[in-house]
Amino acid sequence: MTEFLQHLVNGVSVGTIYALIALGYTMVYGVLKLINFAHGDVYMVGAFSGFYISHALGVEKEPTLAKALAVFVGSMMICGVLVFLMERFAYRPLRHRARLTALITAIGVSLFLEYFMQLSGWFGPASAPFPPGPTPRFFPQPMSFETPDLPLGELSIQKVDVISFLVAVGFMLALQWVVYRTRFGTSMRAVSFDSQVAGLMGINVNRIISGTFIIGGVLAAVAAILVASSRPSINPLMGLMPGIKAFVAAVFGGIGNVPGAMVGGLVLGLAEEYVAGYLLSSYRDGIAFALLIVVLLVKPAGLFGTFRPEKV
Amino acid sequence: MSEPLLTVKDLHVHYGGIHALRGISLEVPAAGQVVALIGANGAGKTTTLRAITRMLKPTSGTVAFQGSEITRLQSHEIVALGVAHAPEGRGIFLNLTVKENLDLGAFLRSDADGIAQDLERSFTLFPILKERFHQLSGTLSGGEQQMLAVARALMCRPKLLLLDEPSLGLAPQVVERIFQVLREVSAAGVALLLVEQNAHKALQIAHRGYVLETGEVVMQGTGKELLASPEVRKAYLGE
Ligand SMILES: Nc1ncnc2c1ncn2[C@@H]1O[C@H](COP(=O)(O)OP(=O)(O)O)[C@@H](O)[C@H]1O
Ligand SMILES: [Mg+2]
Repeated sequence: MTEFLQHLVNGVSVGTIYALIALGYTMVYGVLKLINFAHGDVYMVGAFSGFYISHALGVEKEPTLAKALAVFVGSMMICGVLVFLMERFAYRPLRHRARLTALITAIGVSLFLEYFMQLSGWFGPASAPFPPGPTPRFFPQPMSFETPDLPLGELSIQKVDVISFLVAVGFMLALQWVVYRTRFGTSMRAVSFDSQVAGLMGINVNRIISGTFIIGGVLAAVAAILVASSRPSINPLMGLMPGIKAFVAAVFGGIGNVPGAMVGGLVLGLAEEYVAGYLLSSYRDGIAFALLIVVLLVKPAGLFGTFRPEKV
Repeated sequence: MSEPLLTVKDLHVHYGGIHALRGISLEVPAAGQVVALIGANGAGKTTTLRAITRMLKPTSGTVAFQGSEITRLQSHEIVALGVAHAPEGRGIFLNLTVKENLDLGAFLRSDADGIAQDLERSFTLFPILKERFHQLSGTLSGGEQQMLAVARALMCRPKLLLLDEPSLGLAPQVVERIFQVLREVSAAGVALLLVEQNAHKALQIAHRGYVLETGEVVMQGTGKELLASPEVRKAYLGE
């Protein structure tokens, strides 16, 4: 029973991270019908931003709550600006071209970020590492500030996991509120249904698209800091796997659907954890792909994917 | 002699290799005037409206509203000047509720009292919208969606309202209702540019009409003149 609960805790903890990243994929897909393949790399940039900010603040010497907040906010801002520029200068000029053009551009942006972050002398070590490849860095622990202990019995739950969970859920609830209860959210849903008609309502479609990208980038930064706080080895290619898995989570929930991405992330996290725990741990990374294949075969629109009725 | 409300001059639109509009010129003279645009399927009526509100980019030609050129503005800027467009296919956001659709109609307004008044007016014009207020608009029937489209377009208090086939596929009573509302709206001072397959109904309420054929204006005149014209009666009124 304890083992089962432990897997549950771990699965939820990984799942909320997938969910945070998946939200960026799904919202951008919602408004632009573009799979932003560079989204996993935005997550990586989020981790590196946190890394540099932590060092600048001296987090490793003396972690405090204020510094942890600064690491979060700083990294969120950097990723927000990054995705804003990405949309403005890489995707917007291609908006009215064939969809494949934007998709290929997204792959280009992804490769650019992965290799830009390996530039020696800029971000990497001063001399080229041997063997050549992405150099891992050790992420200082911004969340190791003092907190009260948790009464948990035999379950091993790290404080950082509890904080992570609360932060992730907090952001998802906030997002849910933004999407369904605010003017921006209503506009975003309108743009995602039909951007031209949204323009006829007086909505500045470009502004909504920028805002959507920024929200996605900010959530990816949050995910990155949360992950790096419990698994501190970061490197310029760290965005690949979580990026792919979050993409699967988004497809599973129904791409373009906000609650779907959250559920998809959780399901994927739990599935991985239970399969790895009870069957074979080497299957962990295969689960996402198995899930993708099953979804595409059984319900290609995803769990909450909707089919749009046309009425005469 | 004052400026016309809307002036379209020598508008050309291409869809790739297709030359869909070949120099359309038309005018909506003043507030409260109804101008009908009729023509067979594929004549270019929808394309004309879409070029006016910049849902597509014309190859050449100009559009002016209240004397100033709007050809290069974006859709949302044109709406801000007072041009509403109920597009072909109704353009209802089926993933939003009736309320959210109507709220978006008033997106650019911030006068809560005025918005509330206009909402009440929508309910008076189309009582069904009140009953369905909190439902997803995807659950509405086609006729109800069309009523919502008209009500939503009116929520921005437009000076000019473009309507693309508001009667398409609707039951006769619903068509009757919509045309009655259009008459009331124009009597209240809103100019209408009305695209219709139902040429007879459109020309009856129109002060002016234009007949389009393969991207060109082939005939124009007052509503009465066109209704009386043998060519129009033969081609569009099925006589
Ligand atoms: N998106 C499009 N792509 C290519 N051709 C189009 C498109 N929309 C309309 N057309 C063509 O432009 C012409 C005018 O169409 P349209 O303006 O929709 O006519 P109407 O509204 O009068 O029926 C038609 O020949 C139509 O086939
Ligand atoms: Mg048409």
